[in-house]
Amino acid sequence: MHAETHSHDAHHHEEPGFWQKCIFSTDHKVVGIQYAVTALMFLFAGFSLMLMMRWQLAHPGQPIPFVGKILSHFLGEDMASKEGVMSPDLYNSFGAMHGTIMVFLAIVPLLTGAFGNYVMPLQIGAPDMAFPRLNMMSYMSYFFGGVVMLASFFVPGGAAKSGWTSYSPLATVNDMAHHPNGQTFWLIGMVFLITSSLLGSVNIITTIIQLRAKGLTWMRLPFFVWAQFVTAFLLLLAFPPLEAAGCLQLMDNSFGTSFFLPSGLVISGQKLHVAGGGSPLLWQHLFWFLAHPEVYVLILPAMGIVAEVIANNTRKPLWGYRSLVYASMVLGFLSFVVWAHHMFLTGMGVHIATFFQTTTMMISIPSVIILTALLISLWGGSIRFNTPMLFAVGFLPMFGIGGLTGLPLGFNASDIQLHDSYYVIGHFHYVVAPGTIFAIFAGIYYWYPKATGRMMNEYWGRIHFALSFLFMNLIFMPMFIQGLAGMSRRMYDGGLHYAEQAGVPGLSPFVLSLNKVISYAAFSLAVAQLPFIINFIWSIYYGKKVTSDNPWDATTLEWQTPTPPGHGNFDKEIEVFRGPYEYSVPNHARNFLPQNDPDKAHTPTHEHPVHG
Amino acid sequence: MNIPYTVDRREDTGLYNAKLGVWLFLASEVMLFGALFSSYILLRFGADVGTWPRHWLDYKLGAVNTIILIVSSVTNVIAWANLKLGSFSKYRAYQVLTMVCALTFLGIKSTEYYGKFHHFTIICKDGRIADGHIQKAETTADKVVIDGRWAPDMASIMDPPAKFEEQKIEIERKEIVEMHNYGPSRNNFTGLYFTLTGLHVLHIIGGIIVIFAIWGPLNGMWKTDPARYTNRVEVAGLFWSFVDMVWLFIFPTFYLL
Repeated sequence: MHAETHSHDAHHHEEPGFWQKCIFSTDHKVVGIQYAVTALMFLFAGFSLMLMMRWQLAHPGQPIPFVGKILSHFLGEDMASKEGVMSPDLYNSFGAMHGTIMVFLAIVPLLTGAFGNYVMPLQIGAPDMAFPRLNMMSYMSYFFGGVVMLASFFVPGGAAKSGWTSYSPLATVNDMAHHPNGQTFWLIGMVFLITSSLLGSVNIITTIIQLRAKGLTWMRLPFFVWAQFVTAFLLLLAFPPLEAAGCLQLMDNSFGTSFFLPSGLVISGQKLHVAGGGSPLLWQHLFWFLAHPEVYVLILPAMGIVAEVIANNTRKPLWGYRSLVYASMVLGFLSFVVWAHHMFLTGMGVHIATFFQTTTMMISIPSVIILTALLISLWGGSIRFNTPMLFAVGFLPMFGIGGLTGLPLGFNASDIQLHDSYYVIGHFHYVVAPGTIFAIFAGIYYWYPKATGRMMNEYWGRIHFALSFLFMNLIFMPMFIQGLAGMSRRMYDGGLHYAEQAGVPGLSPFVLSLNKVISYAAFSLAVAQLPFIINFIWSIYYGKKVTSDNPWDATTLEWQTPTPPGHGNFDKEIEVFRGPYEYSVPNHARNFLPQNDPDKAHTPTHEHPVHG
Repeated sequence: MNIPYTVDRREDTGLYNAKLGVWLFLASEVMLFGALFSSYILLRFGADVGTWPRHWLDYKLGAVNTIILIVSSVTNVIAWANLKLGSFSKYRAYQVLTMVCALTFLGIKSTEYYGKFHHFTIICKDGRIADGHIQKAETTADKVVIDGRWAPDMASIMDPPAKFEEQKIEIERKEIVEMHNYGPSRNNFTGLYFTLTGLHVLHIIGGIIVIFAIWGPLNGMWKTDPARYTNRVEVAGLFWSFVDMVWLFIFPTFYLL
């Protein structure tokens, strides 16, 4: 009898095979991990492209050690010489693809695909995403888009070389000899990535609205969930205009239309044989209509992660939770009306520039509110400085620098001086690299024990943080100096040619020497990631096992699941009784009170088992 | 594991998951087509005087297609309503009408496309301008034969007269300076026309596939889970109505303005 029941059970709970469990899984946690691993690899790939470019900037015209010859072998001698010297075309390709890979294939998928997928449903007490199969398709579309992007390196003429912004008409007239060319691949790749983001954002919004656990009202949501919610709306509504622009540019590139090609365009002394009448400005409007909200896609979920880690490790509620929520909503709305501050130099007119300058200044208000609330949250806390907390606290000044250096770029008058210089590069990298990537590291160290059941090594985590913090600043701080000195962002030889020209102000030897400082700091940063990579893989098998489902003594729902959570997530009914950050509640025995703890009286003598 | 609210409505939102999902998807679609219509506005306002064509499209065909799509939306709703009332056979019948309308729309659209690709404007060395539909059978390597007219000037090409005498015109190839059909690369009007209607046609095809799949291969669910099946029809219908609505913007923008 017993054996019969057992076999009956076994039949029903048959373990799915490898393919179903790991590749074609619809479980949000598996999809989240797929996103995380793929996006981390793309993060590394994007970083590697930049390392090769940094070598060229530090030592213009010298063969790249180790990899130069490999590049020459795989990409052809017109891309990299036999000795391994990077060609200007390859430099442009790598530059464009570094941006594309970092933004669309690494950071956004990590924030929304990985953390959004893995953590958000757990935090709202849901068994899965609302549309699990769409979730799988979202990952596959993302993966396929990534493959198309990588394949573009090997098409004749090489990958897209018109910057991650793909400004027309350059993007159309580059490589006109080849069809389809790298730009065609870029556009097709983007269509897949946009589809992926569409499926993901519909899923995230629906899940948050529909699948919140009983009692989990809007103002009881962890701030991370709010950040994901606003972010998903940005992705949902801002990406389609880029898809429209992509369709139009694809028509320009492949079917001879001239949506973005003005009349009388002359290329290499030859009049371009197209109908003309198009507008290069149109591309910029459509592109930045996506790409500015995209900036907030890059930062909002990062703020969400930092908020979770800070609340957990200061052992007190977040300061100004409602302000944080409202500020992120205002940020979301305003992010749709600031896009043209990227276009002050296009001659679109003083009145329009004034409008966008004003909205840009307005959007700094909610940003400052969020940063300030997070900063004040530290006040008076008994802070635990573990690795996630170090990265989260590191995020605050780094994002602060990135944000404040953005103000001169938002003002029309000062932007004219700074536009397209290394100052801009320094500014947005401070936001995204030591900003968002630090938040991502914080999130990885923080949620790793939930996903694997083991902790990452604390000692090497701290080394990873200290070295990353140092080298990130050594890379990006000198860029402000270079930019203020007038170094343009796209110079293949690091400004050498410009510095030697007679009759121009040029660049001082000091400014040029910073190229080497930045490059060697970048190489060191790469070495500093080794402890992380090894720690990440090593800890899966040998990390310290967690002794509880809630190793950080956290209050939010993701820590109320088994470790790692099984299919369906929770093994008990979840009902929520309070806000997300009830730490150090007065007159309570423990210094944290989980959201689903039914204890309403906070009676000090009453002990509750946390793990079922 | 069961995901809540796949069939039933959640009390505080009044929605089941897929209905919310499809509305969000449609919001995204509004932004997609909105961006394209914005591009139309920007390019048209930026066009030099006399470079934006008028009366290039046959508004009668457009009007017929508009009526057909509206009818298909109506039959689609009636089909869903019948399903809601429990009549599977009536749903099947009305949905056939929906699909027939959709296919008719595609037929008319492809006739229009075909006409545009075979419609040429020919500028001759002596400055004369011919305009008409190419006669493939009689056109050789030496000469081009079109059914059309001699236009007095380019202005007459950009805004052709409503009525003219059609004649057969033969032009030696060596006399031709430039010859261009009314395809997407002709100018930004045809470019936008083909891009927008092309994208719309892709949506129509997608819609037919989904409506057909629910109507035919996937209709076993009507027996196992009728509420969920009806929801599927509703969600697909929402998408279909949206596609219909996009056409209601395309028609006046390109055929009438």
